[in-house]
Amino acid sequence: MDINILTVFILAIFVGIEIISKVPPTLHTPLMSGSNAISGIAIVGAIIATKVGGGTGTWLGLIAVIFGTINVVGGFMVTDRMLKMFKRK
Amino acid sequence: MVYTNIFYVLASVLFILGIKKLSHPRTARNGNMIAFIGMMIAIVATLLAKHEIEIDFQLIAIGIVVGIIIGATFAIKVQMTQMPQMVAIFNGFGGGASALVAAAEFLKTGEITTFTLGTIILSIFVGTLTFTGSFIAFGKLQGFVSGQPIVFPGQQVFNALMALALLIVGVYLVQIPGEINYFYAVVIISAIMGITLTIPIGGADMPVVISLLNSYSGVAAAATGFVLMNNGLIISGALVGASGLILTNIMCKGMNRSLANVIFGAVGLAQESTGDSTTKQITVKSYSTEEAAMIFDAAEKVIVVPGYGLAVAQAQHAVREVAEFLEGKGKQVLYAIHPVAGRMPGHMNVLLAEANIPYEQLKDLDEINPEFEDCDVALVLGANDVVNPAARHDKSSPIYGMPILDVDKSRTVIINKRTMNTGFAGIQNELFGFDNSIMVFGDAKDMLQQLLKDLKEL
Repeated sequence: MDINILTVFILAIFVGIEIISKVPPTLHTPLMSGSNAISGIAIVGAIIATKVGGGTGTWLGLIAVIFGTINVVGGFMVTDRMLKMFKRK
Repeated sequence: MVYTNIFYVLASVLFILGIKKLSHPRTARNGNMIAFIGMMIAIVATLLAKHEIEIDFQLIAIGIVVGIIIGATFAIKVQMTQMPQMVAIFNGFGGGASALVAAAEFLKTGEITTFTLGTIILSIFVGTLTFTGSFIAFGKLQGFVSGQPIVFPGQQVFNALMALALLIVGVYLVQIPGEINYFYAVVIISAIMGITLTIPIGGADMPVVISLLNSYSGVAAAATGFVLMNNGLIISGALVGASGLILTNIMCKGMNRSLANVIFGAVGLAQESTGDSTTKQITVKSYSTEEAAMIFDAAEKVIVVPGYGLAVAQAQHAVREVAEFLEGKGKQVLYAIHPVAGRMPGHMNVLLAEANIPYEQLKDLDEINPEFEDCDVALVLGANDVVNPAARHDKSSPIYGMPILDVDKSRTVIINKRTMNTGFAGIQNELFGFDNSIMVFGDAKDMLQQLLKDLKEL
């Protein structure tokens, strides 16, 4: 296997811990829904899976595109809706 | 493909910058927008890239349109009180998408290396478990499935056997990738484990479960990234995995329990009473809202302690109205937010933000506890275990050691509950019987509206 890809993974975890620890408790729900939207990145893989004439795999790809889009669109929209509400005095 | 990778790097940078901006409510909305732009870049770059295979644009268009309709409907229609369910179900879709991509990769004919096979199995396992687990969590929060822990004899053994079976089938599948039945077995076992690991967890432990499922959805995306050798998926997955893990940790600390205890402990199950403290009879003073209004009238500093009961009663706007009235009379009003109040991390903050309560007035545990010393009235709304003083001294209590809000240090504690039923942990709260405690029974919203009326008539 490619060691570079493991390096990227581990460094990304450290970056994640570093930046997420700084998110205040008041924003934990938007953090969850926002990061949830980011995990919809699987849609990128889903797009590649929809090979023309790929049989079952293609159909799984289609469902994955639907799931991924729900995740991305719903996640970012609902996070925005929440963050709009956080107001100062 | 090289160019596409550059765009994935750009997308990852935007995700990181976006989360970084979530560190303050002022910049958070921009941050979310930045992350969204990153996602658009990743998707468009993938669509435009030259792939070794021909991708089906028509199918993709259909998928995206269907996804947008469903996702946007959810996002627009959901009420703030239902946010935990919403996040739970979205976690499920994310995990499901990752598992499906890995499965599609498996079904693609051609050489598959042992490493890729291993990551495919991992991705399918975590993704499917996230999918079914999230739907159970959704069902519990929405009330389709009992919020009580559901346990059956030998549950732990059953889970252990399932894990073992998965390991064996997984090893076989790596040896003989052509055997499709092993593949199905991996999917089925993962799906069952998602259910059996989630049903024994009770309602108030949901913050931990949702955080954990959030983390899993990230791990599943990262595993799929290893399958596809795609840095974009790996980095995003790692970020989300870390985020969920940190939140899980914060939630566990908020309850002074280990993750293992939350997952396997089935706390909240009606327990046989042990020790004296739980059997002791408590005599409480029950006041009307009129009497309570007089106490508020004499107070200078009021701290509101919201709990899940507030969310159930949709009482966030009623709270604000009462608070605004009191502030108009020159009184100080603060809000004490326990880390595990509600059903997900930050649940109370979102509800109160919806009611236009400025976030500066919302204080977390460490900040607010010293404030109770000179507080005239602590108003506890639908919270129970997080204000139970037994956590400080009663070693036999299931919540012993849990950090609590020191409401009992206030001059007067006014507790609103619907009934005298015990809290989630199934134990009676000695706070209710304290000399400085007063109970006002009723639905939180009705009670607050009545209280406001009575305050105005004084």
